[in-house]
Amino acid sequence: MSGDGQGKRHWFDDDAGPVVRPYAMTRGRTTSPAQHRLDLIAVVVTEPHADDPEADHSLSPEHVDIVELCRGTPQSVAELAAELDLPIGVVRVLIGDLVTEEMVHVTRPVPPAELPDESILRDVISGLRAL
Amino acid sequence: MIFGRSERGKPPVEPVTLKILVAGGFGVGKTTLVGAVSEIKPLRTEEVLTEAGRPVDDTSGVEGKHTTTVAMDFGRITLREDLVLYLFGTPGQDRFWFLWDELASGSLGAVVLADTRRLEDCFAAVDYFERRSIPFVMGVNCFEGSARYPVDEVRQALDLDDDVPVVLCDARDRESAKEVLIEVVQHAMAYGADRREPVTT
Repeated sequence: MSGDGQGKRHWFDDDAGPVVRPYAMTRGRTTSPAQHRLDLIAVVVTEPHADDPEADHSLSPEHVDIVELCRGTPQSVAELAAELDLPIGVVRVLIGDLVTEEMVHVTRPVPPAELPDESILRDVISGLRAL
Repeated sequence: MIFGRSERGKPPVEPVTLKILVAGGFGVGKTTLVGAVSEIKPLRTEEVLTEAGRPVDDTSGVEGKHTTTVAMDFGRITLREDLVLYLFGTPGQDRFWFLWDELASGSLGAVVLADTRRLEDCFAAVDYFERRSIPFVMGVNCFEGSARYPVDEVRQALDLDDDVPVVLCDARDRESAKEVLIEVVQHAMAYGADRREPVTT
């Protein structure tokens, strides 16, 4: 597709959007049964037993990326989307697949309509002061 | 950023995550404020304003700005290994309102940034947070070349409730941005103590 990028003008350009449509990676699905709407700051953690995701041929390269990225350092949904350069919606579906496969689990942030514990808020304030 | 595999049987720390929104009109310095305190370069989706966008995006008063954030940008502050604060800049243009609900849900509070040259640009954001009872702090970004107004005048001009803090700030300055965020958390605490009741949207 590329390679000789200099000499020849591409018939497509950035305006054409990605060459592979993002939702092709989810096989057209926009929701996943496993997942409620994952918050942008929900944290994805790779399960310890998911140590060789590439061996699982039902997983796409993007699934494998998520499992690998969240192994050492759990990552938020927003960070994964930015890191993989995929729309949030696509990442949500992929994470849902991985939850179903029990390759990762997701920690839920403080539920909406509830403020976190006052002690946590105090920790946030002192943490910010110490920056 | 990929780290080595953690040792088997020693699960990685799962942090508590919190978020604060940074809202305000187009070109008011939301991304600048996020970048001033974030430990990572703000991750963002930006699109260069094209000719087609100009009639929609009124740049008068902010002619120096050539791009606008059309999706969202965010930064991260790791306060402790197990406590991480995310800052989300809200999309600056009204046509991206639909993204706000998702951002606002579960947030600790918000900063509404204002530019005194175009104060009316933040009306929509103020309305949004007032209606949803989300605690917010008014940050008046002191641009060079813009007149300084006393805090009380800004409060009056925006018809803010008395309990909404108004702070003068410089979105480029790390210390100043930190102060604004601390103000948000303190306000959220006071607010939460006052009315611990579920917020319905």
